[in-house]
Amino acid sequence: MNVDGRSLLKKLTRRNEFYVFLVLLALCLLIEIRSGQFFSPNNLVDIASAMIVPGLFAIGAFLVIISGGIDVSFPALASLTMYATTKMLLDANYQGGATLPIAIALVIGALLGAFNGLFIGYFKLPTLIVTLGTSSVFKGLMQGALNSKQLTIIPPGMRKWGTTALFIARNPVSGLTSRMYITLIAFLVVLALVFVMLRFTMFGRGIYAIGGSEVSAHRAGFNVIRTKVIMYVLVGMIASLAGIIRASMMQQAHPTNMLGMEMNIIAGVVLGGTAITGGRGTLTGCMLGTLLIVIVENSMILLGIPTSWRSVFTGVLIIVGTGVSAYQMIVMNRTKRVRRPKKGVKA
Amino acid sequence: MTSPRTLQQAQRLYRSDRHMWRLIIMIVAWMIFMAITRFRKFYTLINFQTMAAQFPEFGLMSLGIMLTMITGGIDLSVVGTANLTSILMAFLLINLTTASGGLPVYAIPLVFVLALLLGATFGFFNGILVSKFHIPPILATMGSGELFTGICMAITNGNAISKFSRTYANTINNRIFSLIPVQLVIFSIMAVIIWFLLSKTAYGSKLYLLGTSETVARFSGLKTNRLLIKTYVLSGICAALGGMIMLANYNSARADYGTVYTLQCVLIVVLGGVNPVGGSGKISGVVLAIILLRVLETGLNRFPKISSYYISLIWGGVLILVMVLNYFTEHAKVKTTQAGGSHE
Repeated sequence: MNVDGRSLLKKLTRRNEFYVFLVLLALCLLIEIRSGQFFSPNNLVDIASAMIVPGLFAIGAFLVIISGGIDVSFPALASLTMYATTKMLLDANYQGGATLPIAIALVIGALLGAFNGLFIGYFKLPTLIVTLGTSSVFKGLMQGALNSKQLTIIPPGMRKWGTTALFIARNPVSGLTSRMYITLIAFLVVLALVFVMLRFTMFGRGIYAIGGSEVSAHRAGFNVIRTKVIMYVLVGMIASLAGIIRASMMQQAHPTNMLGMEMNIIAGVVLGGTAITGGRGTLTGCMLGTLLIVIVENSMILLGIPTSWRSVFTGVLIIVGTGVSAYQMIVMNRTKRVRRPKKGVKA
Repeated sequence: MTSPRTLQQAQRLYRSDRHMWRLIIMIVAWMIFMAITRFRKFYTLINFQTMAAQFPEFGLMSLGIMLTMITGGIDLSVVGTANLTSILMAFLLINLTTASGGLPVYAIPLVFVLALLLGATFGFFNGILVSKFHIPPILATMGSGELFTGICMAITNGNAISKFSRTYANTINNRIFSLIPVQLVIFSIMAVIIWFLLSKTAYGSKLYLLGTSETVARFSGLKTNRLLIKTYVLSGICAALGGMIMLANYNSARADYGTVYTLQCVLIVVLGGVNPVGGSGKISGVVLAIILLRVLETGLNRFPKISSYYISLIWGGVLILVMVLNYFTEHAKVKTTQAGGSHE
């Protein structure tokens, strides 16, 4: 296959990421034309900061969708770990740095993730149902057993970590400044690790294989149960990291304000071209899709559209985005009668 | 020697529909527990009437989700549909409200007919997305649900719409023969219609076939697209009715009422024994699951010391427990069929 301009273009137009990228570009340009503020340094920094927590959640949701499942428990999981960690450290009057809170959160997150993995991996129950159940359980544990209230004080180590600026961007016109938080590095590190894992490790390829066909993956020698359990542990850890970052950046532990994020996150992942049936999708697309959702949620004001219209746009975006990719599939199957549509091959 | 025989019969009865019996046993056990601990506070007529007035709003939505789940899909837009319908109808009721604060005689029937039409339209929209555009149902309805909620937010700015005549709420909150709540009647009518459709008509059999295998359904000559659209229209109608009951129960409409219902309804449907992959599920199971959840929650509220937040812990726990039990019985079944060749 020679990679001249034409075939490259052909290759690009086949890929969903390309279209998401075009939509993203169009949206950015539209906002820039309307407001002249989009490409200002402080707005870009603001968007990058707003991307940290949804981005981490999206990585977790992406892994689960690739493996053929769907996870709706990550906001509850993150809220529970975040709250439990903060509460524990406050009660102990912890004054140290941010390492211990992160470590505790990761351990709790891993345990809760293993809980998900146990039911999904060993009992082979449908992911949507299990995570619905566990998200209910996590919420109950947090609000019932821990009797959660909004904590307006968080340990100083966490606060410092969440507010330390990597650099400060200034808008030359309005003089507004925005801080680029150091937590961005945590996000980028996770992103890089997951990228390498998915691309170069047997475990990562196993996740794709399971999503494509569980039976085939098993026949090919993948340990399906172990891969799934480890994956859910990882997803739990990523989600709890997002939770602790959220609390640190907001400088308070609000038990419920992460709940309800799951639908938008999943929407972003799927907009990026990840097949909801599993087995197909790229991390690049997932990030582009999430960025699209984040920009829509944060930049409506710059467009002069009242924030009450936000959900309308998100809804249209989901329908159009998934509709286009579904339609592409139909056309592809019609023109190239090689592969049959893999409808109903859901785990 | 009657006792072994009755035991055997009971065992056979239990095995005929394990899932349903398991739910019944749970309800009975909880009722006994309530009878022992809080008899006076729980076993009152008014308590049962309140419960019967509360569950139809999410019960109706669950019925819609059940239908779509039998086809192998799901409907996550029920709450959006319900809210959009109730908000639009609330605006209509405001216009219909007379100067004296009453409503004309035709108002309530008119509102209900329009609500059904609206629900059907929203459902039709979902059905087109799922059938013609082949968007996976979970995404299509998630998107349309977000869209409907968004429209609600845009037209109300997030405020509650409430300044319509109290006559509407009073009518729906009435009790027939001062005994049966109207909400329960609406729910029962819809449940009977759906039961009839599922078990007595060709539509029902086609639905199960479609859920079991879409390919087989298509090659059997079924018009799968029309079938799917009909199902989502039905689901939309159920959701719209649920919305009308919410409108009466809160005496107002708002874009973010009932947001917890989406996942709660999915939970109910699965708890009721509907397979999320499609092809199986009975309305009796779903109705039992609705009752179980309502009884659990109301019962728990009779213990003021226990935080009401534990209810979500219990729901999740019950859901996972039932699924794990199903896993074990199914595995036992597979083993016996492999070993002895018994067919069940």
